[in-house]
Amino acid sequence: MSDVAAQAAQVRTDGKQPVLEVRDLHVSFAGRIGLVAGLAGKKASMARAVDGVNLELHAGEVLALAGESGCGKTTIARTILGLEKPRAGEIRFEGKPLGRNLRQYRRRVQMVFQDPSAALNPRQTIYESVAEGLRVHGISRSEDGLSEEQMVARALSRAGLRPPELFYLNYPHELSGGQRQRVVIAGALVLDPEVIVADEPVSSLDASVRGEILRLLLGLRNEFGIAMLVVTHDLGLAWTIADRVAVMYLGRIVEIGPAEQVLTNPLHPYTKALLKVVPEAGGIDRPFLTGEPPDPTRIPPGCRFHPRCPEVVSGRAASAGVEPKCTGEGLGLVELRPGHFAACHLASLEARGLSQSADAGA
Amino acid sequence: MSLLSVRDLHVIYHTQAGPVPAVRGVDLDIAKGEVLGLAGESGCGKTTVINAILRLLPEKTKVEGTVLLNGEDVLAMKPGKLRAVRWTQASVIFQGAMHALNPVRRIGDQIVEAITIHGQAGEKEALVRAGALIEQVGLPPWRLRDYPHELSGGQRQRVMIAMSLACSPNLVIADEPTTALDVMVQAQVLKLLKDLQRELGLAMLFITHDLSVLVEVSDRLAIMYAGKVVEDGPSVPVFTEPAHPYTRALAGAFPQIGDRTFRMAPSGLPGDPPYPGDVPPGCSFHPRCPLAFEDCPKIDPDLFPAGDQRRAACLLVNRPEMARVEP
Repeated sequence: MSDVAAQAAQVRTDGKQPVLEVRDLHVSFAGRIGLVAGLAGKKASMARAVDGVNLELHAGEVLALAGESGCGKTTIARTILGLEKPRAGEIRFEGKPLGRNLRQYRRRVQMVFQDPSAALNPRQTIYESVAEGLRVHGISRSEDGLSEEQMVARALSRAGLRPPELFYLNYPHELSGGQRQRVVIAGALVLDPEVIVADEPVSSLDASVRGEILRLLLGLRNEFGIAMLVVTHDLGLAWTIADRVAVMYLGRIVEIGPAEQVLTNPLHPYTKALLKVVPEAGGIDRPFLTGEPPDPTRIPPGCRFHPRCPEVVSGRAASAGVEPKCTGEGLGLVELRPGHFAACHLASLEARGLSQSADAGA
Repeated sequence: MSLLSVRDLHVIYHTQAGPVPAVRGVDLDIAKGEVLGLAGESGCGKTTVINAILRLLPEKTKVEGTVLLNGEDVLAMKPGKLRAVRWTQASVIFQGAMHALNPVRRIGDQIVEAITIHGQAGEKEALVRAGALIEQVGLPPWRLRDYPHELSGGQRQRVMIAMSLACSPNLVIADEPTTALDVMVQAQVLKLLKDLQRELGLAMLFITHDLSVLVEVSDRLAIMYAGKVVEDGPSVPVFTEPAHPYTRALAGAFPQIGDRTFRMAPSGLPGDPPYPGDVPPGCSFHPRCPLAFEDCPKIDPDLFPAGDQRRAACLLVNRPEMARVEP
């Protein structure tokens, strides 16, 4: 437990208390098993979707959580919202673990899902959809004395649907994809949240519409100080809106730090590999990782990335003398640059080498 | 002569609410061994274009114009001739391989069927060819005995690619072939397609909404908006220095990591792409265009020359003096 606490302390970016904190989170899912095997007493293998994650989200911060499908990024988002039960670890909101404050927490941490067509009830009007959160929480008047209708109108216009009255009686199918996502965002805003968790908020939208939705999300952060955890597979999106980026691989964060650092000067070989597959003109012949996304029911020993790691395959890890560690010794995040953490034996060694030579030079 | 030449293609869907013009005068040319990327958002008509090329549209749909494949007009072909042309001269890789493959038949049988049904070979010879094809797309031959559900998404898309090559076509049409795939697997499948295209000298029509993917695989780009091509030309210049304001906005949606102009500055367009039955008058893009001036709602611009082998359907290309200084 102590090294977990130490790690959590390390990931802290400054002295201020984070608004949302994920501590040593583990989430597992039972694999499927046949009836006969089940009767014979065999146990289904467990998929460790999230396997020891620490995260902090500060007020007014945009944190992007990136990785391949199956890396556990959506599971973290769902667990934060209370949609999955952690096997171990905890979520803390404003320094307190979730418990008796759950109801209030649910109001203050809101989710924006990927596909607005699926997130909205097709038989509910826009007004009903946005007001539903207020009704669930039994809020008929806001702290500043607004009625339900005024709160809905304010949320819709903050989400860019103006004038709001025009949309009250519409049904989702009468709106475009971009407008529907604005309704979903209005549904989150109506409860005045401190935190918005957005899972791939623009990936189902047309390219020319995405920019406006991202601008809206950034505006909410700037104007109301809402912190955001944005789950995405798109590093270009992270570059556009994130202050910090966390890269996940097989249930763990392998690199986290300021967006500019992580995306232009990455430390972990996996982050480097992810950046290499971002399409670019003339880039078709670049080398990239082979193989499929890994299987969370079979997590390799040592560094979980070593079977696919280009540094191990090329022998660079071996010539640096860290290969036995790569294949045999797991590791946590280490702060290699100010505020920039990575979980890589080779990167740690190289960072130590640099600081030693700097010391020798001085 | 081009391998595929589409001239003044119009497609009007017949719906309960009346006729809906989805494609409104499209010209496309693909030379032998060339890759043309067709980009655009949902509803712009790009999938309708390929369905028109292979005559896969619903019966009542009105299709006008000419589609010449190897000099023969596809739109005028009799059904028997059409069947012979599909697969052997032009084949399609559809998006979502899960739905395009038959779930209850082994993939080997499905590839063999494609070969034998077109009279390309007998059963035995077809099986040998299927083995060669499956190796060509990077899967071991024993995978022929698998059912689609035993393969991952990327592997299924590889099977689709193998099938598209089964009858040695000159032209392969790929409709969003990597959309449902994960980033790493997408890169692998794109590389495979490009390698096969170069190796076999295939011509390709590549369709996706993802402009950054298109730039990577295509020689030339055509950008569609509201049923028309609004810009075309060599890929890299069209992507890096767009002539049409719509292309500029579309390219801006795919930020270059490391380029500080994109940091904390998402770029997009106000509004939404128009519904095909309700296209604005004049230039169909003018309600969303940051550079529109008073003539834009009145004049529907043709594709004007816009530099080396490039064309753009924007009045400003012809009359640059009307451009306001961008803020």
